[in-house]
Order: sequence, then C-alpha cells, then structure tokens
Amino acid sequence: MATGIKDKVAIIGMGCSRFGERWDVGTPALLAEAFEEALADSGIERKQIGAAWYGSCMDAVNVGNSAIPASMALRLDGIPVSRVENMCATGTEALRGAAYAVASGAVDFALAVGAEKLKDTGYGGLPPPFKGTFNDLWMPLGSAPAGFAQLAAGYRAKYGVSREDLKRALAHVSWKSHENGVLSPKAHLRKKVSMEQILNAPMIADPLGLFDCCGVSDGAAAAIVTTPEIARALGRRDMVTIKAIQLAIGSGVESATTQWDGSHVRTTRTAAGRAYAEAGITNPREQLSLMEVHDCFSITELVTMEDLGVSADGRAVHDVLDGFYDRQGHGVPCQVDGGLKCFGHPIGASGLRMAYEIYNQLQGRAGERQLDNPSYGLTHNLGGVPYLGIAAISILGLHA
Amino acid sequence: MTATRNYGITGFGAYIPRLRMERAAIAAAHKWMAPSLRSLAKGQRAFGSWDEDSVTMAVEAARDALRGSQARSLNALHLASTTVPFDDMQNSAIVASALNAPPEVATLDIGSSQRAATSGLLAALASGRGHQLFVASDRPRGKPASVQEIGYGAGAAALTLGAEGVIAEVLGSASRSALFVDHFRSADADYDYVWEERWIRDEGYMKIVPATARAALSDAGVSPAEVKHFVMPSPLKGMASALARKLELPDGCEADDLNEDCGFTGSAHPLLMLAGVLEKAAPGEVILLVGFGQGCDSLVLRTTPALKDFAPLRGLSGSRADAQAHDAYLRMLSYDGGIDLEWGMRAEKAVKTALTEQYRSADQLANFTAGKCGCCGTIQFPQLPYCVNPACAAPREQFAQLSLADEPAKVLTHTADWLSYHPSPPLYVGFVQFDNGARLLMETVDVGAAGLEVGTPLRMVFRVKDIDKVRGYPRYFWKATPVQA
Repeated sequence: MATGIKDKVAIIGMGCSRFGERWDVGTPALLAEAFEEALADSGIERKQIGAAWYGSCMDAVNVGNSAIPASMALRLDGIPVSRVENMCATGTEALRGAAYAVASGAVDFALAVGAEKLKDTGYGGLPPPFKGTFNDLWMPLGSAPAGFAQLAAGYRAKYGVSREDLKRALAHVSWKSHENGVLSPKAHLRKKVSMEQILNAPMIADPLGLFDCCGVSDGAAAAIVTTPEIARALGRRDMVTIKAIQLAIGSGVESATTQWDGSHVRTTRTAAGRAYAEAGITNPREQLSLMEVHDCFSITELVTMEDLGVSADGRAVHDVLDGFYDRQGHGVPCQVDGGLKCFGHPIGASGLRMAYEIYNQLQGRAGERQLDNPSYGLTHNLGGVPYLGIAAISILGLHA
Repeated sequence: MTATRNYGITGFGAYIPRLRMERAAIAAAHKWMAPSLRSLAKGQRAFGSWDEDSVTMAVEAARDALRGSQARSLNALHLASTTVPFDDMQNSAIVASALNAPPEVATLDIGSSQRAATSGLLAALASGRGHQLFVASDRPRGKPASVQEIGYGAGAAALTLGAEGVIAEVLGSASRSALFVDHFRSADADYDYVWEERWIRDEGYMKIVPATARAALSDAGVSPAEVKHFVMPSPLKGMASALARKLELPDGCEADDLNEDCGFTGSAHPLLMLAGVLEKAAPGEVILLVGFGQGCDSLVLRTTPALKDFAPLRGLSGSRADAQAHDAYLRMLSYDGGIDLEWGMRAEKAVKTALTEQYRSADQLANFTAGKCGCCGTIQFPQLPYCVNPACAAPREQFAQLSLADEPAKVLTHTADWLSYHPSPPLYVGFVQFDNGARLLMETVDVGAAGLEVGTPLRMVFRVKDIDKVRGYPRYFWKATPVQA
C-alpha cells in the first residue's frame, strides 16, 4: 500500500541565482550560482551527493540534450545524473526525482537543479516549440499567451463576467506581483507599476496585455534533499519537509472531448486533490500560509485560485480584487517573491524557485518579504497549456 | 469535335475568396507614379488570403458543387490552372485527397494557358468517363501598379460531369490553335508580360473568337439568335459586347464578367462565369462558352429541365455575397509575396514537413477525418491508439471514420494572438466545438470586424497550414472561418 511522500524527505539546502537578463553568464555559471548557495546552505560536501536531477526545457537556447552539461558544469563526477523535461513544470519534476531517490533509500543526498537561458533567443517571449512531426501537420502554432488567454473567454462565458471586470482583476494580479517583486533582490523585474499602466499596455493575446505576461528570464535554482533522520543528525532545526508532490498530465480529455468548458485547468484540480490528500490538508484556504503558483499569465493565476480550491468557483475575481492574495491582505499571500511575473521564468528553474521562496519563508529567512509564522506553503508549476498540460504541485511545511 | 450527346454537365459550384480589396486603395497606393490607374479604381477585386492558393480554392469550389457530399463516386478529377503551387507534384492529387476521392480516381493537372479550362473540359467531356469533377482555379498575379494588378481577381469553379442528371448538355464545339502572344509568363517569371491592348483586341479576340464561335454554333446546329448567354471571359473591358455584336448575338446576352467585385480570374474565368449563368438560367437555354488563349475554344451548351433540381451549396452568388472589404493595399501585396516585410525572428521557425508522417497520417488529416468510438460513441480528433474518453480507452481499431469538414461548429474558446508569427496577424486560435461532440484547437481565418465570441458559428475551409519557405513546400490542413463574414 502506497504511503506517499509526506515527511519522508527534508530539504536541507536551497539556492537560486539572480534571475533576469543575464547577459553576463551562460548556463554553467547560472547552475553554479544556484548550486553553491544550496551546497553552502546544506552543510554537506559535493562528494556526498549520491544522485542528481537536472531540469531544462528549451534545447535550442540552452546547453543541449542530456544531463552531461549539468554534470560537467557542477563536476558531479560519476554519480547518476538524469535530465528531466516536462515543459514549464520541469523544475518541480527535478525536485520530484531527487525526493523519490531519497525516499526510496537509494541515496542519502540528492540534488535537484534546473536552469534555462532564454535570453539567448534574440527576442522577447518564448521560442515557438516543435510539436512533433504529426501535431505540426494540424495543430495551430499559437504562442503561450494565446494558449492561456483562451481561459479568459471560457471563464467569462461560464460566469458571465464582463470583459472590463475580468481585465481589472487580472490587472490586480499583476499589480500585486510587481509590489512584491520590488522586495525580491534576485528578481528579474523590480519595479512598481500602476493599474493604469497595466490596463493600457499593448495587447499580446487578447485579452492579455504586456503586463499580464510573466518575465522571460535566465536563471537557475537548486535543492539538496535528504531524509529527516539524516537532517536531524546534521543538526538541522526548523526543518522543512516535503508534505506532497503530485503531477497530473493531460491525456486529451480537455482538448478532444466535451468534458471541459474552457474555464479552468483540469490537471491542476486533479493534482491539487491528490496533493492535499497526501499532505493531509482539508481546508487549503485556512491551512495554507502562502502559495507560489504558476502565474505565467495573470489569467492563469486567477483560475488557479479556484483550481486549488482556495477561492470558490466563480469567486476568484472577487477574492483578487478584495486583496485576499496580496502580501499583506490577511488571506493567503500569493507570489510573495514576485512570482513568475516579476521574479522571472527561466523554465527549468521555476518550480525550484517557487520551492526556494517557500523554504525561506518557512525558515524565517525571507527578509523584507517575511510573513508571520508560515507553516504550509504550496508550489504550483504548470507546463504546456491549460488544455494539454502538466500540473505539478508540491506542499512544503515545517517538520513536526 | 462533338461530345457524346447524353454526357454532360451534372452540377456546378464556385468559390471567390472572402477578401476583397477596394480598387481605389490600390490606385491610391500607386498614385504617385501611376495616376492613370484612377480610371480603373471602381469596385473591388477578390484576393486570396496568404493561406489560399489555386489548390485550396479548387477544393472549396468542388465542395460547393459536390454539395458537401463526399466525392466517393468520382472516376476522374481534373484541375485546370496557371498558378498551381507545384510544378512537379500533382496538384489535383491534393484536391482529390482533401475531397476524400476514391483511390481509383484518375487525377490530372491542366495548365499553361488561360484556355486550359475550356480545353480540358472538352477533353473530359469527350472521354465520357463516368462521374467526373472538373475544377478550374486561378489567381493570376499582376505586377504592382499594373493594369493587371487592379483588374485581376482570384476564384475557382467546379463542374461535375456525367451521363445521369445532366443539367447542361453539349450541343457542339470547336477549337483552334493560334500562336497569338497577347501575354506570356515564362516558367520562372513572377508576373505576366502583356502586349498592347488595342492589338490584342483587334488582331486577337476580334478575329480568333468569331471564327471558332461560328464553327461551334454550326456544329451545334444553333443560330446566333438562339444564344441566350454569351460567356466571353476577357481581362479587356467591352470585349464581350464587341464580340456579341460581331457574332450577331441577341442584345444583352453577355454574361456577367464579375469585374465589379471579383476581377478576371485567368483560366478559371470561363467556368466561373458559366457557374454564374447556370445559377440563374432556365431550362432549355443556349449558352455559348468561350475560352481564349493561343487560340480559342467554343462550346455550345443547352440547359435541361434537370437544372431546376440542382443548386450548389452557396453558388457564385453566395460566394460573392460573402465579402469582406479591405483597403490596406500592402496586405494584399504581402499575401501575394509582392513585398517582403520584417516579420521578426519568430518567423524563422523551421516548418519542414516530414513527408513520411504526412503520408501515413493522410487518412486523418487530408479530409479532416475523426474517429467515432464504437464502444462509447465519443467522436475524436486526432485519432490516437486508444479512445480519448478516460472511462473507455478502447482501441482505435473499432473507430468509425467520419469527416468533420462539413460538420456545423461553434467557437468554444478564442484569442487573438499578436505574439506568434502569422502572415495575417493576429492569429485567431481557439477551440472549435463541433455539434457532433468533436472538438479541437484550430486556427480561425478571415475573421471580420465583428471578431469572435464564444458560440460564433463556424464552418471549415481547406487552407495552407504552413509554408516552408526554405524548401518551397506548402502543407495543407483545415481551418475554421466564421459563417458570417
């Protein structure tokens, strides 16, 4: 009988590079930046790492296939290193691999590291993906914002929300993240913006404007995990353990049957249900202290609030506008570090960057952003598009 | 030559692109160097979107003639055009696969002359080869600021031929060859090279057409006075009237030349004008159909009582009414490849087609074929090894095959994507929900000022999916378009 991963894995070290337009460094240096911080934080030595998972997504502008570039960059000589790729959920996928390795007893210490070098494309936004020889023959090549913007049409149709009301709520989502990003020293975008700026920005994919879209960044993040027993033996206090990691992948139900209405992300709901069960969370609106969700676009964050069961269906617009997700809004603060929106989105690193913020908040190390006594934090990392995607959810908490 | 009397035209269809350029906008763009174009700046000309070519227009005209029914009984399919996308790769085979014609169908491309359609039609009629589809489709290009650019259009017409249900019978015909070079387009040229209009009129049309037309009328045993409709395509203004007078045809018998809202469609024009005539004609009326180009073809047709029983899906009138006016001249120029705009680095994405994959997935993609699960009834596209319904997941082998091409559909989700590279920005992309339960992510094209809403009715059109500019290879698939322009 499966018992899940709750409290079987402790995070003892995390690191995160400065995100942004890192014209100064390549991927190996970004990996090293995150790795060194994580290693120093963990208190272990490089040679104690028994296995590693390296996450990266876009081969065309990074270091290429396989785990070899990561092994070379970090000199992980001789140990098993796996490269994982699950689109924008890659970072959480790397953490899952490392966590399972420790939980299985295969190794004492495992490394999860993710990196992306998106600013080598020569233009803003993500490069258009290859969809496979078959899909390329029929599937439209819409951009990432076009994939998520459709949620707005579906959401409005389902709940009868006017375009103006939705736009205002979406603008608040981005406004709030910019307010938070200012307080994140490693964030890509650290500038406040006004609601007017957001609402009047050029259109990217209707109704999403420029400020409804997250930053596309260079960056890396890393985690070192072990068992709680070993962590305790190493003298760790305020230990952060993994309460749940769940993935749900679309199988075509949304995109090819009538079982989806376009207003939500089905895979997030599935993964959240399993993650809450694994972690023992029964009332996320009350029990979660903070969330770092996949706000690739403002509409994604808005519907995610409902998909995670924190807002009731159809109520996210009101909760957002009421400030429930603001850092000092007395609800469940969301994107305290600025989120993908402002901290940035180097794809392979993002899931680990989310965990980095939760990890630091739980240990009271979040500086100016520090929340009062957080106990549970959730990361939500979404790959692909709402109707064909990968939802990856982790829940981290202080070890009892 | 006289065709078999009991074999004739059994149906017709037409297609004109929805997009219409105001001729005044073309003239205005060139006013600085060609102010005389102002005299031609009346009405609109049809122009294909970037994803339309002579193959896609042919498919749409054929669907109009076949009335949505599958082309499973076709014995032959001919495509006449001077602007096909491929020199060596049979264009009619693309049309056949899009229409789901049977594998036994005889396909043939005909080209090289604006007379291609009438010459090909005569040959097809003479063959008497069962149920045939004859399509003429053309989008002749005029060099920017030329008289041709402002006068030419784009369109396609389709005729079905057979021995049963004949709506127009062939009474007689005549042809002649004459190496009269009014214009030419060499194999590697982008545009026509055109000689002086007055010479083309006096030495060309006025001498070559009458001789052939009289021979055809004689072959048919019909006097000029009996001609009710004179289908005389020409890019030259007033040509039909001058010839009608010379041939002593009845006053007012000249068929509509479609100049007002379409323009001259090259080799497609004889059959496009004929489709217009057949749509309005009564039984028992005589039609004189002419094709001109390095000689002349003339056919004398007579409508039969069965004409009353046939109507195309939309017909030429439906296609003409389905119009969307444009006044951005550079849009037309860019669609046609007449100007190379800066599309940004996203346009560099490789769109090489795996021809192996294209061949093995043709059973799904060519005619837009969904699978209906025999176990749970879910209609799904694409078809993967197992049913998409998670409660079913039965193997694909028991799926029934059905085309989505003619299924009614509506917008489920939509967005206008300004970020992706698209030759006609924004890219309208979203989920299309078919009334039969199928759904998929699709591109929606030719969206008008009204935009899209959840629930907007859509129909399917066969279009160029991508163009591989490095290798010069267009690949085709189906797209959605709002039912209302």
